[in-house]
Amino acid sequence: MQNDRRKGGMRGSPDAALLLLADSRLPAGGHAHSGGAEEAVRLGTITGPEDLARFLRGRLATAGLVSAALAAAACELASAGHDEQAAAHDEQTGGRDGQSDDPAGRWRQLDAEADARTASPAQREASRVQGRLLIRSARRIWPSPVLDLLAKAVPNGVHHPIALGAAAASAGCDPYQSALAAAYNAVTGPATAAVRLLGLDPVTVHRLLADLAPALNDAAHAACASLIDDVVMEPGAADPFGPYGTANGDAKGSTRGPGWPALPGHAAPALDLLAEGHHSNTMKLFVS
Amino acid sequence: MGANHDDHHDAADPHGRALRLGIGGPVGSGKTALVAALCRSLGPSMRLGVVTNDIYTTEDAEFLRRAGVLDPERILAVQTGCCPHTAIRDDIAANIDAVETLEERFGPLDLVIVESGGDNLTATFSRGLADRQIFVLDVSGGDKVPRKGGPGVTTADLLVINKTDLAPLVGADLTVMSRDAAAVREGRPVLFTSIREDRSAHSVAEWVTSLVGSWHHQNDHTHDHSAPTNA
Amino acid sequence: MTTPLLSPAPPSPAERAAAVTARAVIATRASGGHTRLETLRSEPPLTVRQTGPGLVHLVSTGAGPLGGDRLTLVIDVAPGTALEVRSVASTLVLPGPSPADSLMMIDAHVGAGASLRFTPEPTVLAAGCSHRMAVRLSLAEDATVFWREEIVFGRHGERPGRCRARFDATVAGRPLLRQELVVGHPEVEGSPAVYGDARCVGSTLVAGPAWDAAHDSKRERRATIGAGWAALPLAGPGVLASALAQDTVELRARLGRAEQAAAVPPER
Repeated sequence: MQNDRRKGGMRGSPDAALLLLADSRLPAGGHAHSGGAEEAVRLGTITGPEDLARFLRGRLATAGLVSAALAAAACELASAGHDEQAAAHDEQTGGRDGQSDDPAGRWRQLDAEADARTASPAQREASRVQGRLLIRSARRIWPSPVLDLLAKAVPNGVHHPIALGAAAASAGCDPYQSALAAAYNAVTGPATAAVRLLGLDPVTVHRLLADLAPALNDAAHAACASLIDDVVMEPGAADPFGPYGTANGDAKGSTRGPGWPALPGHAAPALDLLAEGHHSNTMKLFVS
Repeated sequence: MGANHDDHHDAADPHGRALRLGIGGPVGSGKTALVAALCRSLGPSMRLGVVTNDIYTTEDAEFLRRAGVLDPERILAVQTGCCPHTAIRDDIAANIDAVETLEERFGPLDLVIVESGGDNLTATFSRGLADRQIFVLDVSGGDKVPRKGGPGVTTADLLVINKTDLAPLVGADLTVMSRDAAAVREGRPVLFTSIREDRSAHSVAEWVTSLVGSWHHQNDHTHDHSAPTNA
Repeated sequence: MTTPLLSPAPPSPAERAAAVTARAVIATRASGGHTRLETLRSEPPLTVRQTGPGLVHLVSTGAGPLGGDRLTLVIDVAPGTALEVRSVASTLVLPGPSPADSLMMIDAHVGAGASLRFTPEPTVLAAGCSHRMAVRLSLAEDATVFWREEIVFGRHGERPGRCRARFDATVAGRPLLRQELVVGHPEVEGSPAVYGDARCVGSTLVAGPAWDAAHDSKRERRATIGAGWAALPLAGPGVLASALAQDTVELRARLGRAEQAAAVPPER
């Protein structure tokens, strides 16, 4: 029965699903991305375990946190809208853009939030490519109407954390697990790249990753907390970050839309420079 | 309606798409030269696309574009993050994406060639990526290489032994190579070439042509696209 | 006519007994094709002075912000008008009598066909401070903005205090840029991924209808980069100029180059 297939074998085992999703062997193209590490190695700002540790910690606290929050938001959206989207998928054409309340429109809205948090075009491109590859693989591994809808809603590739959150939901994971997978991804890719590029002792580097375990949990926790942080601080009359889309009167439309603007937007200017430097380097091994 | 209803390009479903031919082999054996030769000889009669997997970025793709054997737009390069074998075997996502991009832009195509980054004798293509594969060796590695085997030599649909013109210079005995290859390949074909002398690699091109012909014969007439795939 | 700037000596932190809450407002109005300043309201330590046609300077008439202070600046650029806001001196954020964060909020709206240029001097995070900034910049569909933000990690030879600076820019309600710079927290300090060994960071948002990429949204526009700076075309109609540097002079030079590159609208 198709419904059995949709509910998938992993639905009842979210922990096992999380392992599969976070595994670097997941065939979704992640192995070819260094997350800025290759360029940092080329420029000499990563030379060994000490500066790699600082690189990873800073990356986790910025890009990692943002990815975790977007993944959690995507997982929440995917889980909340399962039935609704399944129904919508069969009829809706998905052509409209922007602030609409249709499910595809909400995915594009979340995708636009990811765009706004990714100033570097090279990073947006890398994120979309990885998102596209992940959606393609996930649709075969954990088939679900949400993934089909998402592939249609953002055909050129949704941002990777959003793809990850949707894939996680389809595999039966919750937002916290999605966030954890995203945070984990944010550091393991660069760590592996540094092992390959610098010939570092892989055990030493795994020790660094183990040391980051509490920070990974914290990032996933903060990501989930940000989902309920409509108001980041009390500003007197007006909320400093405003409800979504006040300017065109779309403030209270969707259930979760209003929370997205307040999601973390932690920037890493050095990663932006590294990503663009990497992009313009013609002698590179990794995509990003 | 199944989840993969729209995926004509699902690797598991060969119907109505181009044959995907993997070309692998060690560094310097002549993979890129063979791809260029195939483009030269097959280009006029077939709709082609090429995906390269370089160690350093786009060098092979650039070589092919400069060679002028194929519309440069039909050549895509994939980066493999230091692991060329991973990109063709364990995590083929980026290569599948490149193949599908070519088919979307220029399709329908008859043949998409995926050239692996130069790697070792154990590197073979996943069946999820390549329908058929060619493994390229050259004589300068010594005439013992076929005997040593490895999955590339033993399982490839075609073994090409290139640079036969160098055999006398490096002291490689082609009859030994031929005999050893036959012994480990259980009857699968072996072709000797010198692409430097035969810039169109005629024998290999003929093999590929017949492969493409039977591929489309098999797959184009057995599948009705209008029917639901798994209702 | 330009009013001469008066910059009274600010009181020392010790002279400031308690945390303050202040709200200043700058609002323009179109009048016969010209920009008039409709509202110019100061509240110490936030003082705003008109210094030219469509030009306003922020004049700090007090130390800080200090811990516990809550300062709000509201900027409303009416449709069809043009406003430029600068500051007389850099802002030195200090710890205060209250252990609470100092807060600086800027709420800016730029109306249809209006333009805003906001180029204050840098914010310097003195040792021990704990500061939060939030800028909410809402742009009408065809508004133009040039918004610069520079943060210096401590005075000379000093470790920086802590800061979180959040910036949210929207165009007709759609998100254009959301970023938060976190300074002085252990997880980002000295990280080659975040600021490397830089001592200051600058970013300038250049946005407006001229940078609308919608006509070619399939392909990302390429960034322009140099040593320590980049001009990053955003997904929406704008470019972020970004720079890292050892000191304010180098920062201004690098950010200036990035701003120049950012100012060139994409080819049509």
